[in-house]
Amino acid sequence: MSNAEERQNPAFYALVVALILMSLGPIFLMLSTSLRLNVDIMSDASRLFFLPTLQNYETVLCNVLWYEPGHVDYCDPTFSRALGNSLVVALISTIVTLVVGCMAAYALVRFRFMGRGTVSMTTLMMRMVPPAVLLVPVFGIWTFQYQLDGTYAGIILVYVAMNLPFVIWILQSFIVQVPIQLEEAAKMDGANAVQIFFLVVLPVIKPGLAAASIFTFRIAWNEFLIANALLDRDTRTVPVTIVNSLTEYDINWGVIMATGMLLAIPPIIFTFVASKQIITGMTAGAVKG
Amino acid sequence: MTIINTSRMTPYMFLAPAAAIMLIGLLYPIGYMMYASFLDWNPSQRIGEADWIGLRNYLNLLQDESFRESAIVTLKFASIVVVSEMIIGVGLALLLDRNIRGMSVLRTIFILPMMIAPIVVGLMWRYMYHPTVGIFNQTLNSWGFDSIPWLSDSWWSLTSIIIADIWQWTPFIFILALAALQSLPRTALEASRIDGASGWQQIFYIKLPLMMPVLIVTALLRLIDAFKVLEVILVMTNGGPGLSTEILALRIARTASEFRELGVAAAMSNFLLLLLLVLTISMFIYSKVAESRAAHLRQMAEKG
Repeated sequence: MSNAEERQNPAFYALVVALILMSLGPIFLMLSTSLRLNVDIMSDASRLFFLPTLQNYETVLCNVLWYEPGHVDYCDPTFSRALGNSLVVALISTIVTLVVGCMAAYALVRFRFMGRGTVSMTTLMMRMVPPAVLLVPVFGIWTFQYQLDGTYAGIILVYVAMNLPFVIWILQSFIVQVPIQLEEAAKMDGANAVQIFFLVVLPVIKPGLAAASIFTFRIAWNEFLIANALLDRDTRTVPVTIVNSLTEYDINWGVIMATGMLLAIPPIIFTFVASKQIITGMTAGAVKG
Repeated sequence: MTIINTSRMTPYMFLAPAAAIMLIGLLYPIGYMMYASFLDWNPSQRIGEADWIGLRNYLNLLQDESFRESAIVTLKFASIVVVSEMIIGVGLALLLDRNIRGMSVLRTIFILPMMIAPIVVGLMWRYMYHPTVGIFNQTLNSWGFDSIPWLSDSWWSLTSIIIADIWQWTPFIFILALAALQSLPRTALEASRIDGASGWQQIFYIKLPLMMPVLIVTALLRLIDAFKVLEVILVMTNGGPGLSTEILALRIARTASEFRELGVAAAMSNFLLLLLLVLTISMFIYSKVAESRAAHLRQMAEKG
């Protein structure tokens, strides 16, 4: 097969364009809805031409803005508080998972007590457990035994535990590639295990860290079910507030789409910045086995 | 002496935090759930106050019409979704496996639906399916067709959630299948072309069999995830109308939070886990078989 680009027939490009439209369409629709007034959303007037407005975003973020938006009569702080909660929970979970997962993956590779087979088996088993299954026990234990319901620590513990198997497993596949000679050289120069880990191994496995952190962040940022069961009014994350504001009738589509957009923005940014690492993380599961 | 001791302890020190977190955050809760499934337990009670009722939760579930109904819905949803996504995803991968400019941009765009929160995906689709302002019905109406009751008719609502899931997850299969295709031995493909195999023959006799191990793992991962889909459905239909879209995961969540029967929810969770375990193990065994077959085939292809 030649490396030069081949001439493709037009139907092929039509297919590609259609696929792109299909996968981006719903996202654009959400964006455009979030930029409309409710009057425009509900009217049958043309879909494509409307005056974009940031009013919905102002409504959502009213109490963190530096000015007071004129159209907001009553400022509901729920959404902006939830946004803050989501950030705190997702960031801390990601950091803790990475640090702990890195240490464990390193130990598993370098000191070899369990084979890779055991770890990938555990990962698969853990991946099998649906969050809905964790709902009952986590609710019971966190409320009555750990006394962690409604706290950041409680939900972070769940997310870290849920993500650890995958993170350990993916980091392991990167650590295996670090040449042992590099570490031995450092040891000769008098570095101890901790120094070797931080100064020699960590810099080499950066791409793996990127993949692992995006996956962890995404799960902690997007998760609804367990957050809904554990968190209370003050610590609620964005997915929970979105579901709470969905009623059977009379949904404020503009505002809810603006919230959805705010929730979707960080994952979208990650996707564009690090799509390569994400694909690595995704394919590693199946292709490497 | 101390140096030897610390170096012997190092691996355990490195592993301890992860082991501790997984123990208290994952293994203990799962064990707890197994125990709770034998209790008559509501959320206001401590677990010690709940009554031990033996297997009654399980027996009740087996006789429960609506539980059976939602088990059937789950299986229907998972199988339709996995089969159609595999066909579309692998088909697209075979079609798009060429040297074109911007392939990486294409892949980036395709992974967007998977990265966005399921809650948001549900929101987008619920809006698009909206009876009056949704884009589907508006388009249908402007073309002179009748509106379709996307989320209010039991047949259509299942179809609607399947469509949404296909939109969200086909790219996953596409990307894995593409990765598998691009790692195929070029020699085998070239040899077959020289021998005069047509495009279709290449696909059916060489590409697909060689991709099989990856495809099986992909299908397995997707199948596992299909049993976990909950948020999208929760936002779109909340299981309705009736029980037409109430998959097991959703039923567990509702039993626990709305009906406040934690014991029953735990028993259901065990059923779901058991189901997934059986599926995983059988797929795993099947993938081992397929793998050895593919290895054999690859050897043959590379030899001649």
